Amino acid sequence: MDTINDRLVIAGREFKSRLWVGTGKYKDFVETKKAIDASGADVVTVAVRRVNITDRSKDNLLDYLDPKKYIILPNTAGCYTVEDAVRYARLARAAGVSDLVKLEVLGDEKTLFPDTAGLIEAAKILIKEGFIVLPYTNDDPIVAKKLVDIGCPAVMPLAAPIGSGLGIRNPYNLKIIMETVKVPIIVDAGVGTASDAALAMEYGADAVLMNTAIAGAQDPLAMAEAMKYAVWAGRLAYKAGRIPRKLYATASSPIEGML
Amino acid sequence: MFIQVNGESRGIGEGQTVAALLQELDIRADRVAVELNLEILDRKDFETRSLCEGDRVEILSFIGGGAE
Repeated sequence: MDTINDRLVIAGREFKSRLWVGTGKYKDFVETKKAIDASGADVVTVAVRRVNITDRSKDNLLDYLDPKKYIILPNTAGCYTVEDAVRYARLARAAGVSDLVKLEVLGDEKTLFPDTAGLIEAAKILIKEGFIVLPYTNDDPIVAKKLVDIGCPAVMPLAAPIGSGLGIRNPYNLKIIMETVKVPIIVDAGVGTASDAALAMEYGADAVLMNTAIAGAQDPLAMAEAMKYAVWAGRLAYKAGRIPRKLYATASSPIEGML
Repeated sequence: MFIQVNGESRGIGEGQTVAALLQELDIRADRVAVELNLEILDRKDFETRSLCEGDRVEILSFIGGGAE
């Protein structure tokens, strides 16, 4: 693929990869780094947590993921209120190097579905403070539009619940979101295997973000590579334009010249 | 005097700065965010900001995470 001329741009920032990956659930940082390299992703999400002050022997994630080489995208994972999400976003900015934040305001622990009312409220506050807010949202076209209207430069609708591996449960809503908003769409969460990622890209997603599908696979490094090709293939197919679906056959070989 | 660091009580010297606390804990200042009594500190203030009895300090950094 001509990746040079097919770069994803969000809020004036250029992204090399259309596959974004999370850094959770790996065995150790070595495996994390290897999987990310195999995936070819240049955007990696991270969480913000207390430093372990009693055991300083533990390595730091940034020792393995050089912020000069990867775009570090902090999330507000684990936040169930507007106040918490805003607090964690501010801490992420203070700990890091940029204004980027993947904003999550979760609704409940069982589904981890976004609390979209809280999400919009938190996004408004953070955008006013100069954050580049990439919101993790439901596959709801109206909410997606509202998020864009208040200044989110991209939206991240889920394919299915986080870590569920169910794949794209509502392709039609995702398609409507893609038609409705004029900013990049990053399908986030719910991908189970390579075909899910390819499908998301074929529908017209601008990127796919995943964690568990890779980290939880029997062989994370192989799955990371599979996802890289799936996202490429899906993007290429989208750009190429698929044939329309028809009920009956159309012969590929000419009739002319037959005996 | 005693302060709370990441929820644990810790004895420190009178007037110790945030930067000195990080150094004592063997924590790289450029890798963390520090919240002092719910106020997020600017990194450039670590050297000058001194701690007081009962202060609540939170030191956070990036860890592996996807979502949830």
